[in-house]
Amino acid sequence: MAAIVAERLEKRYGTVQALRGVSLEVAEGECFGLIGPDGAGKTSLIRILATLLLPDQGRAELLGLDAVKDFRKLRLMLGYMPGRFSLYQDLSVEENLWLFARLFGTRVDTHYDLIRDIYVQLEPFKTRRAGALSGGMKQKLALCCALIHRPEILLLDEPTTGVDAVSRREFWEMLGRLRRHGITILVSTPYMDEAGRCDRVALIQEGQLLRVDTPQAIVDGYPWPLYAIGAPQMHHLLPVLRAYPHARSVFPFGESLHYADTRPGDHQPELQAYLLEAGFPDVQIRPAQAGIEDCFMDLQRTQADQLLT
Amino acid sequence: MPPSIQVEELTRRFGSFTAVDRISFEVAQGEIFGFLGANGAGKTTAIRILCGLLSPTSGRAAVAGYDIARQTDQVKRRIGYMSQRFSLYDDLTVEENILFYGGIYGLKFKDLRVKSDQLLERLSLGELRKSFIRDLPLGWKQKLAFSVALLHQPAIVFLDEPTGGVDPITRRQFWEMIYETADAGTTVFVTTHYMDEAEYCNRVSIMVDGRIAAMDTPGGLKASFQAGSIDEVFVRLVRPAAGS
Repeated sequence: MAAIVAERLEKRYGTVQALRGVSLEVAEGECFGLIGPDGAGKTSLIRILATLLLPDQGRAELLGLDAVKDFRKLRLMLGYMPGRFSLYQDLSVEENLWLFARLFGTRVDTHYDLIRDIYVQLEPFKTRRAGALSGGMKQKLALCCALIHRPEILLLDEPTTGVDAVSRREFWEMLGRLRRHGITILVSTPYMDEAGRCDRVALIQEGQLLRVDTPQAIVDGYPWPLYAIGAPQMHHLLPVLRAYPHARSVFPFGESLHYADTRPGDHQPELQAYLLEAGFPDVQIRPAQAGIEDCFMDLQRTQADQLLT
Repeated sequence: MPPSIQVEELTRRFGSFTAVDRISFEVAQGEIFGFLGANGAGKTTAIRILCGLLSPTSGRAAVAGYDIARQTDQVKRRIGYMSQRFSLYDDLTVEENILFYGGIYGLKFKDLRVKSDQLLERLSLGELRKSFIRDLPLGWKQKLAFSVALLHQPAIVFLDEPTGGVDPITRRQFWEMIYETADAGTTVFVTTHYMDEAEYCNRVSIMVDGRIAAMDTPGGLKASFQAGSIDEVFVRLVRPAAGS
């Protein structure tokens, strides 16, 4: 049985269409990533699944229960960590944890094994007010509170936003350990490089899912020949490459540019000659493996073309 | 050419906590300088000092040739600032925001009208001039905020996580704007959590616990740490134990 089923979910706020018919399934025990920029609809989708927001159209089922009709039963089975820190700032670390345990009809020690790994890092500060914790510690406390009743599904809304690259890594390591307890995890993120941490991901933009698949299948499905092109003055190379008649797209990617060609086959020598003629003798061109971000941008463009026609 | 930013032994303490601990560096005119660091490493404190919003405990800094402690007003007139958290007013229209910020930066209304029209045309936002900022997609908002921060032609622009949460295409368009700005001679001082963006900077510094732990060109950093990416350099500096 699927842990989460969403069928044609739609949500509108005034003139803004936040979700335009989103359908997806998440298997039990799966770690599923919802990947897209701010405003793509991630929070609306997660809040509907968390029984906190009513969809305008469509339906959602979690653990076989309806997200609208059975919300009371469901809330005991779900753990939800909102994007904005929403614990009680005036309560201490341990008071927050006690409160959440009591609200869910359990005790801190009942499921302590689940949060032990995370809580030991917080324990030195257990009498500190939650409001006075550092960003990373707040995040750990919020995760503990979301887990205290041993939910079957964990819904995490952008847990790594605004967090530095190292803390992001640590957070994903924590999720990795949680997975061994069999919890189904749905996590949203604007960071494309986090896709690889998930079993499957949905790429979301403008309230629509662009693709749902394993990260590997998504990058394998990238349709164009792709090259990484390096040159000393990279940003001067951009307009020149974009003017090349067979260019599908040209995007900066860290230390090189990613150039996609509209034709199948190998065009390296031809490109080299073109760039030489355009006054760029020292360019290195090599075939590149597409990443999730290449795929996302390509799908984003296809979607924009479709919305226009 | 004198450096655009000159920082010597700059220190800021809050009670017993040293947020910025004797940092020194220079940024050249027209340079794109990446200011990286973990959360809580002291980046925001350092930026606030350089913008003249917070005084240092000791040490000195000059921005656009003016001392940040004694000539704060001159500093403020020569810098532009935008951040992810605060950029434009949601309940003012596109045009009202431009006029409001231009006015704050001391531009004359007549010039401002002209500049506003040019800016709207350049960003293809002409049709949206009467739209409220809250109705604009984040990416457009950030591009507009950046342009507004440049309206008074500052010598230096501070960008604090300007691309957080922005979609990948717009994020790259934003960096093209950064390049154009630097090419035109404006110094760009930028923070980011996206490590690929560190590669777009001319030089990068990485702050750890209030100090600058490394500073070089992206290529130089990768070479001296024998790392494949800035991400790797960052992880090794910020969590030496985890990286080994």
